[in-house]
Amino acid sequence: MTQTAPEILVSVKKLSKSYRRGNQAVPVLEDISIDIRHGEFLALMGPSGSGKSTLLNLIAGIDKVDSGSINVGGVEITALDDAALASWRSYSVGFIFQFYNLIPVLTAFENVELPLLLTGLSRRKRQEHASNVLSLVNLSDRMDHYPSELSGGQQQRVAIARAMVSDPDILVADEPTGDLDRHSAEEILSIMDRMVREFGKTVIMVTHDPRAAGKAHRIVHLEKGVLVADPGYESPCST
Amino acid sequence: MFYLKLIIRNSFRHKLRALLTITGIAVAILAFGLLRTLVGLWYLGVETSSSTRLVTRSSISLVFTLPISYRERIRHVPGVTEVSTMNWFGGVYITEKNFFPNFAVEPRTFLSIYPEFILTPEEKKGFLADRQGAVAGRKLAAKHGWKVGDRITLKGTIFPGQWEFVLRGIYSGAQKSTDETQFFFHWNYLNETMRKTVPRRADQIGIFMVAVDRPDRAAEVSRAVDALFKNSLAETRTETEKAFQLSFVAMTEAIMIAIQIVSYVVIVIIMVVAANTMAMTARERLSEYATMKSLGFGGWHIATTIFGESLFISLLGGLLGVIGTFPAAKWIETELSQFFPVFAISDSTIMLQMSAALVVGLVAGIFPAWRGITIPISAGLRRIG
Repeated sequence: MTQTAPEILVSVKKLSKSYRRGNQAVPVLEDISIDIRHGEFLALMGPSGSGKSTLLNLIAGIDKVDSGSINVGGVEITALDDAALASWRSYSVGFIFQFYNLIPVLTAFENVELPLLLTGLSRRKRQEHASNVLSLVNLSDRMDHYPSELSGGQQQRVAIARAMVSDPDILVADEPTGDLDRHSAEEILSIMDRMVREFGKTVIMVTHDPRAAGKAHRIVHLEKGVLVADPGYESPCST
Repeated sequence: MFYLKLIIRNSFRHKLRALLTITGIAVAILAFGLLRTLVGLWYLGVETSSSTRLVTRSSISLVFTLPISYRERIRHVPGVTEVSTMNWFGGVYITEKNFFPNFAVEPRTFLSIYPEFILTPEEKKGFLADRQGAVAGRKLAAKHGWKVGDRITLKGTIFPGQWEFVLRGIYSGAQKSTDETQFFFHWNYLNETMRKTVPRRADQIGIFMVAVDRPDRAAEVSRAVDALFKNSLAETRTETEKAFQLSFVAMTEAIMIAIQIVSYVVIVIIMVVAANTMAMTARERLSEYATMKSLGFGGWHIATTIFGESLFISLLGGLLGVIGTFPAAKWIETELSQFFPVFAISDSTIMLQMSAALVVGLVAGIFPAWRGITIPISAGLRRIG
């Protein structure tokens, strides 16, 4: 029996990006085209400076392309202005960073509640949502702790809860296990895997770690701003 | 509420830095308040002047006196309701350090023209009845421990000799701004002594205080009084009490302008210090602002948290400065009463202080907010700590 591939969620076409260094334009990404489907767990790999984080940032709408287009869930995000892009990010993308990027003066619970301030939900609803996602990452007993009172793994779990709380379609993760010990890294990867399998999220992860990449359904390699290896969509069942 | 919580916690993230900044702002606002009060105090005599009182003095200079015979002629000018006399006595109590203003006055008319000096009926009666009687302000009496009935000796400077007085009353000011550090005694006592010792200085008056029936007649009465003595040996100059006080203020205006400038310089300095603190704070938090922006927060959200923190710190410092101004003013009033008989903080000074704190907060937040708003997310995320 053959399985139908899910719909394409992210469609990147002929994307190019360069940065300016003095008067010189340094190309970072050149003519990148890639499709990512709903529910995929995709790993972007490549040496430092290959452009993987830049590609992730462009797909997540926190950087601007020089040319080409990015369509996410039917929205041409390269055509959006800053305000529209910020609004789009608030409900479409969840971010997981290498250094967690939690707000140190807010408790785990408040950090998770933070993105919901943009939704117009009542305080009670916000707290209900935050509480639910914290229990998903097994941190119900740590919700009143400040980031400095949590281990790296726990902080990253709070970051995942924060990324999940507004129920976005895509989770983007930039080296999510880069600052963690092996045990914590395993824990984080299995939570991310669970987000894909149980909640149907699409995860795009930048990593240097082959073990972390091994959890992904699809590994895409970049070198010097060019896609050098992309096996294309693979059903999660086949991984 | 969430933003407020974030702003307050952010404000105290570096406790020592916050404490030092708040203390600096508080001290600056306190200094600003005291300097503004000092400037206001300089003009107090002008502000508390009555619009129905005129002052007649020699047209040449205050140093020159006028004959007492002018009193009755002034009294008959239409619109004049009362005339009193006053001579600056310039007596010294024990040592010159104990300086206080002391005047020879015609008691009955003086108390009638100046209702702001309040005496009990018994004190008033005692003062009017005793040729050697004197009255002192409440603060002056308290400073020297005087009681009604005490004998007080002043050493004359303009009028030589040892002058003995019996304190017959201690007046209170009708308003907070009334000077309670003055000393008044009978002009007759001074004049009779002068008749005996230096007759050529007898029957001479420093200034006449003239009460008029309506403020709008002040100019007309002034002209009429001066016309009476035109082309005489002692021509007069009559002006409102306000103009008379202003002529004193004008002599020291340059000092007042310098004090005003210093008061604003204090605010500018603390503004720069606060701006530096906020800039440092914002630089440290660029990655947090970038994180918030990545979550969908816009520039205005970032600006709100930065301005909120800046305003919270400066207004808290401002509030502490305002609170501290009151005991500081009280101390000045008590310890330096010979220079500052009234050192009351006015509502307008408090408003100015809080406005200064508000401006400090707003200005200090501008650059950090601009940085927070404009930094590209990807650049901000690359910054750690």
